[in-house]
Amino acid sequence: MEQTASVLTQCGGVCNARRKRSGKIKIGVHSKSSSAVKILVAVLLGLTVYAFISFDYKEIVLSEAISATLRNVKTVFLEPRLSSDTFRNVMYQLFVTFCLGTLSTIFGAIAAFFCSLLCAKNTAPSGVANAVKCVIALIRAVPTVLWVLIFAVSAGLGSVAAVIGLTFHSFAYLTKVYAESIEEIDDGTIEALRASGAGFWQIVFQAIVPASLSRMVAWTFMRFEINFTNAIAVGAAAGAGGIGFNLYMAGSFYFDLHEMGILTYIVVIAVILLEMFSTKIKERVK
Amino acid sequence: MPILEFQNVSKVYNNTAKALDNVSFSIDEGEFVSIIGPSGAGKSTVLRCINRLIDATSGSIVYDGQNVMKLKKRELRQVRTKTGMIFQHYNLVDRLSVIENVLHGRLGQKSTVCGVLGAYSEQEKERAFAILDELGLADQAYKRCDELSGGQKQRVGIARSIMQDPKLILCDEPIASLDPRASKVIMDHLQKINCERKITCIVNLHQVDVALKYSERIIGVSAGKIVFDGRPDELTDDKIHAIYGSDGSDLITDIQGEKS
Amino acid sequence: MNESVKKVFFRRKITYLVIFAALIAVYIISASATEFHLSEGLASFPKAMAWIGHNLMPDEKAMKRFPKILDKLIETALLSVAVTVIAAIFAFFFSLFGSKATGFNGIVNRIVRIVAAFFRNVPDVVWAMLLMFSFGQNILTGFFALFFTTFGLLTRAFIETIDEVSAAGIEALNASGANFIQTVFQAIIPSAMPGIVTWILYMIETNIRNSTLIGILTATGIGYLFDLYYKRLDFSSASLVVVSIIVLVIAIELVSNLIRRVIL
Repeated sequence: MEQTASVLTQCGGVCNARRKRSGKIKIGVHSKSSSAVKILVAVLLGLTVYAFISFDYKEIVLSEAISATLRNVKTVFLEPRLSSDTFRNVMYQLFVTFCLGTLSTIFGAIAAFFCSLLCAKNTAPSGVANAVKCVIALIRAVPTVLWVLIFAVSAGLGSVAAVIGLTFHSFAYLTKVYAESIEEIDDGTIEALRASGAGFWQIVFQAIVPASLSRMVAWTFMRFEINFTNAIAVGAAAGAGGIGFNLYMAGSFYFDLHEMGILTYIVVIAVILLEMFSTKIKERVK
Repeated sequence: MPILEFQNVSKVYNNTAKALDNVSFSIDEGEFVSIIGPSGAGKSTVLRCINRLIDATSGSIVYDGQNVMKLKKRELRQVRTKTGMIFQHYNLVDRLSVIENVLHGRLGQKSTVCGVLGAYSEQEKERAFAILDELGLADQAYKRCDELSGGQKQRVGIARSIMQDPKLILCDEPIASLDPRASKVIMDHLQKINCERKITCIVNLHQVDVALKYSERIIGVSAGKIVFDGRPDELTDDKIHAIYGSDGSDLITDIQGEKS
Repeated sequence: MNESVKKVFFRRKITYLVIFAALIAVYIISASATEFHLSEGLASFPKAMAWIGHNLMPDEKAMKRFPKILDKLIETALLSVAVTVIAAIFAFFFSLFGSKATGFNGIVNRIVRIVAAFFRNVPDVVWAMLLMFSFGQNILTGFFALFFTTFGLLTRAFIETIDEVSAAGIEALNASGANFIQTVFQAIIPSAMPGIVTWILYMIETNIRNSTLIGILTATGIGYLFDLYYKRLDFSSASLVVVSIIVLVIAIELVSNLIRRVIL
């Protein structure tokens, strides 16, 4: 090393410099990665500008709309008040939403657990795994609310359609992340059990579950948070009940901003509590 | 002539834990000083108080004629500009090229706009190449830093601080994450910088043998207090015991093995 | 088998049993609260599947509506991109003040995090209905409804990214006397860029799905079109909407996977 250094010193290292056409020394790295980032940023900014140009604004008076929005925001967040409903009933509706989230998480998790065994590379043949992954991607691509509406045609609007619709999306999501957790398990563990003559289900419950349980639990709670907020959204957009429906009625039927305010606060507090709770759980399983 | 003077410096975290307890010492221009001690003794707090990455709670730190604890933002930046720092984890911007990281040493002297655009003069670039060459890295200049080995990354860290034209280089555990061979290369470079460029070096180390080999002076820190300050040959087994407590006994046998 | 191994297996069995019992209990409570009947759910499932196979098939009549659907689909895609990009710009600026690594005061950090948590957790449904009053059936209703949640989510994500990948570089540049703006451009942006881009791509995909929901509520975009056909019982056209959303989402997923592979 000392030798190369002394050889290079003759030109002071500058002979290693690459120069631009202008003769100036380049300093950046020109990798695929950095140019990809630059192109992507340019494309996204371009699309954004194009989007704003192409939108049909329908002659809206922006200043009026904004000042009206600010007035409404003030009413919602600074003057929350219950008028048409009792606090007890609202809390019960919150509980219903919570239960919708719970049910769809439980169903989704159980189905996803078995399906993820068919989807992980180290537990299923690659042909099956890839086929399952495609189906999963398809299910995930459909927005939750559309699943609910689709099921509502045969099951009627209500909790059944809501739960099945919510389950569909969480099933697809959880299958993907469970399979990833299973794929992270050390191959040796599974191989050792297989070598000792263990059957498939023995391997699943003695090696795979213990090794990936903590990650699966963490993902499940994260999904539960998502399902809870989705249950609110679906309650509003598809009349599936719970506090989301109350929100919808207050906002779109009674035009009662005060009530919307208090419902919003209740939801925000519930979501933040859930977030804190699931962070605790995640810390514990780790 | 002292370039740095600590007078009764204390640092208290969260009103309870005392990281530094009445620390006083002074360092002359051109010295190569090692600070040794167990982890958590306050070594890196000492270094970071000098360039105010950490604010000391009380006392005074006079560096190059200025009390750094009383500096305003702009003056503090000027002080930092003339102080290089080398980190245990190199602290390079991994996704930028080696040469860009070396040029970061100039940012303190550049205008905001030039810094934002990464516009450096040709002289600066040439100088960066010369420094890299000195450290045996000129042929790596266009690599991304995350492609380098630990030892190479640390040499980029050294190049970056030389680029600052510093009066003083603070080295916070520069070899703690490196293997013995890379460690030797790094320590040799630091020694060379100290001798040839007359830059004062303060090096935090936890390897006593390395401190003995390279430094002109060793400061031993334990539980936020200075328990030893002297030449390497004055550092007896008893003194090492005082610095490291009972945990230091195997350290001592290691060194004795090397000495004999 | 020795005692300790037996004990481990016994304990594992007990754990499984407890979890199982807890799940059953939670199920019973939830099912009774929501008036959900498993039998009904299970019975409706094959019925729904058969119905989907029968009715949810785009036919010729639906294909006639395709230009209109495509128009709204492109609008939705552009809306998601625009919302995400604008929210990301604000979120990046904001996250600089929320990150511990940039060395702002702890109180500033906390305020930023609380504001982000607020925007993240107010459901987009609320924003949508609130904005309906003032903006009406307008694309800007959807834009702002998605904007606030995206902004909250991205702010938190960017804070985490900066804390994780940029802290070392920030410390080094601070120590060398670089000022804050120089540090942002020379240390934070280069190191956090891959994380930021990954999050932006993820949010574009999510926003396409969310904008469907917002569209149903605010009668705009592709969601409105689905709702319209659905309520008219024109299921073949509605299914074409679903198919086109699937194609769009999967296409974006594929593209972003590709980009991620090149960048990381």
